[in-house]
Amino acid sequence: MSDFTYAVDADGVAVITWDVPGKSMNVLSREAFVLVEEFIDRALADDAVKGIVITSGKETFAGGMDLNTLATIRQESGDNPAQGLFDFTMNGHRIMRKMERAGMDAKTNKGGKPVAAAITGTCAGIGTEIALATHRRFMADNPKAKIGLPEILVGIFPGGGGTTRFSRMVGAMAASPVLLEGRMMAPKAAKMAGLIDEVVPAGELLAKAKAWVLSATDADIVKPWDQKGWKMPGGAPYHPAGFMTFVGASAMVNAKTQGVYPAAKALLSAIYEGALVPFDTALKIEARWFTNVLMNPSSSAMIRSLFINKEALEKGANRPDVADERVSKVGILGAGMMGAGIAYVSALAGIDVVLLDQKQEAADRGKSYAEGILDKGMQRKKVTPEKKAEVLGRIHATTDYADLAGCDLIVEAVFEDPGIKATVTKAVEEVVGEDCIFATNTSTLPISDLAKASKRPEQFIGIHFFSPVDKMMLVEIIKGAKTGDRAVAKSLDFVRQIRKTPIVVNDARFFYANRCIIPYINEGVRMVKEGVEPALIENAAKMLGFPLGPLQLNDETSIDLGVKIAKATKAAMGAAYDNDEADEVLFWLFDQGRLGRKSKAGFYAYDDAGKRTGIWQGLRDQYMQGGDQPELTTVQHRLMMAQVLEAVRALEEGVLEDIREGDVGAILGWGFAPWSGGPFSWLDIIGAPRAVEICDQLEKAHGPRFAAPSLLKELAKKGVGFYTPRASQAAA
Amino acid sequence: MADAYIYDAVRSPRGKGRKDGALHEVTSARLSADILNAVKDRNNLSGHAVEDVIWGNVTQVGEQGGCLARTAVLASDLDESIPGLAINRFCASGMEAVNLAANQVKGGAGQAYIAGGVEMMGRVAMGSDGAAIAVDPSIAMNTYFVPQGISADIIGTEYGFTRDQADALAVESQNRAKAAWDDKRFEKSIVTIRDRNGLSILDHDEYMRPGTDMQTLGALNASFQQMGEVMPGFDKVAMMKYPHLERINHIHHAGNSSGIVDGAAAVLIGSKEFGEINGLKPRARIRATAKIGTDPTIMLTGPVPVTHKILKDHGMAIGDIDLFEVNEAFAAVVLRFMQAFDVDPAVVNVNGGSIAMGHPLGATGAMIIGTLLDELERSDKEVGLATLCIASGMGAATIIERV
Repeated sequence: MSDFTYAVDADGVAVITWDVPGKSMNVLSREAFVLVEEFIDRALADDAVKGIVITSGKETFAGGMDLNTLATIRQESGDNPAQGLFDFTMNGHRIMRKMERAGMDAKTNKGGKPVAAAITGTCAGIGTEIALATHRRFMADNPKAKIGLPEILVGIFPGGGGTTRFSRMVGAMAASPVLLEGRMMAPKAAKMAGLIDEVVPAGELLAKAKAWVLSATDADIVKPWDQKGWKMPGGAPYHPAGFMTFVGASAMVNAKTQGVYPAAKALLSAIYEGALVPFDTALKIEARWFTNVLMNPSSSAMIRSLFINKEALEKGANRPDVADERVSKVGILGAGMMGAGIAYVSALAGIDVVLLDQKQEAADRGKSYAEGILDKGMQRKKVTPEKKAEVLGRIHATTDYADLAGCDLIVEAVFEDPGIKATVTKAVEEVVGEDCIFATNTSTLPISDLAKASKRPEQFIGIHFFSPVDKMMLVEIIKGAKTGDRAVAKSLDFVRQIRKTPIVVNDARFFYANRCIIPYINEGVRMVKEGVEPALIENAAKMLGFPLGPLQLNDETSIDLGVKIAKATKAAMGAAYDNDEADEVLFWLFDQGRLGRKSKAGFYAYDDAGKRTGIWQGLRDQYMQGGDQPELTTVQHRLMMAQVLEAVRALEEGVLEDIREGDVGAILGWGFAPWSGGPFSWLDIIGAPRAVEICDQLEKAHGPRFAAPSLLKELAKKGVGFYTPRASQAAA
Repeated sequence: MADAYIYDAVRSPRGKGRKDGALHEVTSARLSADILNAVKDRNNLSGHAVEDVIWGNVTQVGEQGGCLARTAVLASDLDESIPGLAINRFCASGMEAVNLAANQVKGGAGQAYIAGGVEMMGRVAMGSDGAAIAVDPSIAMNTYFVPQGISADIIGTEYGFTRDQADALAVESQNRAKAAWDDKRFEKSIVTIRDRNGLSILDHDEYMRPGTDMQTLGALNASFQQMGEVMPGFDKVAMMKYPHLERINHIHHAGNSSGIVDGAAAVLIGSKEFGEINGLKPRARIRATAKIGTDPTIMLTGPVPVTHKILKDHGMAIGDIDLFEVNEAFAAVVLRFMQAFDVDPAVVNVNGGSIAMGHPLGATGAMIIGTLLDELERSDKEVGLATLCIASGMGAATIIERV
């Protein structure tokens, strides 16, 4: 069975149907593209064929290019991967241009055959680009369907002509948000944006497309840029109207990407340089920029972490081999913000929820938190009243433990106190079935210790959510010493149901995410104490691609929590604790009542409405002594290594078992420099020898916390990387 | 190596660079020709009198395109044997013309030049010639491009100048310009621009707003705040280049930035021999010239490194300079210059500057050299330094010495 099939109907319309066998969504492979060209050639050569409709045999149209293809081409091209990628891209242009010109005369633009796209459902990437190369795009009015060009989200940009075509269709100004944000749009919105031409009822899709093909004239199928006197909508770059668009676009993209996303710059450059030349030359320029992005290690890192590995983890890459453990009824203990958030996402996923708290009002408040989120969704027209009722209907707010009977999963989210947790664990186990899995949402207490309160420690596990639960993608699943496979499987299946990304780690203080985040925050605070200009610290972090600088992050997570964690950690670690320098600043702020955003005073100052107004000048007055400021790079290295070395140590110690989880978890958990693909990916990009060199410099200047871990030194010695453990791969 | 001397310096009055400006009806070529004729007439030049006309002009499109310098020569009474060279170093084009002329004389490439420039900002809008540095994404992003107003505000933020300080400098510029005009200090150099019937079109700098005070300036909104903080958000780009800055303090507005005007100026430069042959008395020696490239994001700090360079290259110290002309592109530019060299404001722009009188881009460089010379003579001082900041991060300077 081929990915594409060809059939000519009674009216002479050649229908090319995309239906990749064995896959739920169509992705384009190299071999399949060859087939597409063959079919186009066949249709154009056959006098009996009046025109072509390209459609899908699935409910969705296409998910894009098989991104592994790009990696394969690089490998195949031996010592000239750029040439291989460029040739591949140009070949794609050739095929789509052939379809777009459809056999019409080069000078008169007459005699071509109409080509329509009948888009059955969700359509992304190359699927959209193929559609853009047709003469008219019809999309089914499918409520779940979305169409767009999301390549930017995985570190590349639409390199199949989508950039050049769409910017020439609607102008640079209108095209930029679609291309730069990678927005996926519902059919009506896509039509308004100019991406598609008509939205039709699903049942009429093929008929409407065919009817158009049969009635289209020569004029209907010539693209605007192939017509004489065509002008770029909105103004070409040196036209007064276009000028400000481009100047503004560069500034906005520069500011937004902080200079660390090569794809955004490449995309803008392709649009600009392409706007100055004829269409086919513009495609070549687009191809050169596309190649350039693919050759940048950042894009392969992003594709690997944000596309390939994220999907693999969501589908249960490390799931033990046990039967389906999907959750039908979850009991949530504690209706605070975490518990309420977990209740909401569970109910949204169709799981029945028992939300239990000590007081009924607390339980009710938890349920209304879910209601609040649904109301906001209704305001934004994303949630219907029926949907809201359905979701809320699944949440049963109660104080009665007996209501927990029948739960196959318990998520404990009560106060962070071992005594209280133990009490609650025992109480619950009196009520639930023997097979029930008990999970704790603790962020600081060892799972194995908490498991001691359980009758069935092999069914006891940690499921650690991040706040706010409805927005944060990452969930840490933590195995206690005795945790068994079924508990892991149920946790993974649960996380999959609620559409989040799981990583599985072993029990250790702070697990994985906080283990990396806390040193990041502390390093920033240390630098404040050393007299570094706070703006430099924060901007250095942002220019590494972190969403928040360490000082702002501290304000968001609250300084009193930081103080609590510092005290508890010091008590537990004793002499080994080495963070007193940074703690001094924290305690100083705490003593003044500066607890962060919640008290409208922290590292930052806030106005009465709670809006951040800037770094609190008191910090500078207290700590800046007028000495030399460090180089930007040094500040960045410190902030980076503070996290990355913890990630490596977590791997060394066996807390983290899979570097893929380390990378994906870092990006989704705390926005770790997405452009790098994650901490291990970053180390591979700069290379272990360079990383060790940086560690040595930092260790000498700032202390043993920066000592290069043995694992890293080993990799440096062997000349390999985390993702390239064999020397031959590393050399490639 | 020969010496190069200034024999004469003339300028047009500066007209408002708007449709209602007095010079708006005059073409760029016509105004240029009028100034060239003034030089010719005042100095009795005839035939192949000078080697070249080097003519600064920034926005070289439309009527200012096609080597305007040569067109101006042909439109004037100068002999057709004199070629023309149109040059663009943005705001310092007029100075560059003078420097280029002087250095060619010194190098033995011709005995005399007319160097100057023109800009009709009301007729040919700034920026209408395009600029890849701002428009080409790879270049704009890689160089952290921000428009010059933002750059001026970065200077203010980085070097600690307040809105009040900027406004005070502006008020002073207005006061000094008025005093200079009242005292007829520009009389020697101003060329009244007349129509073909001899009727006066403009005889004074009409952009000035005497009586401007801190209150009037205080009422103006910071011009670059919106584009910096909101759309498209240039401040964030600035902070990528200068991450130690938490925010940009926007202090500049139309009242403390240079005015958009129309104008032209020319300087007659020649060797000693040229003067002797033509019976002309040299007024000053062009002692030194310099140009330099600097950080393009903060963009307008050029006067400081170029002054360091010109002094060092010629074995001089800041104390050797009696008078300064530092183009008032934006108040912070001048404040920074004075701060860097610890010079007395009383010897900087003593007859007012571009804030009060306007900055006709291609001409200003030549205008301030002329103004500097007139004031050196009037106040019987010896050595003057003129310098300008330049878009895309450059600086230019000229040192003249009375003879």
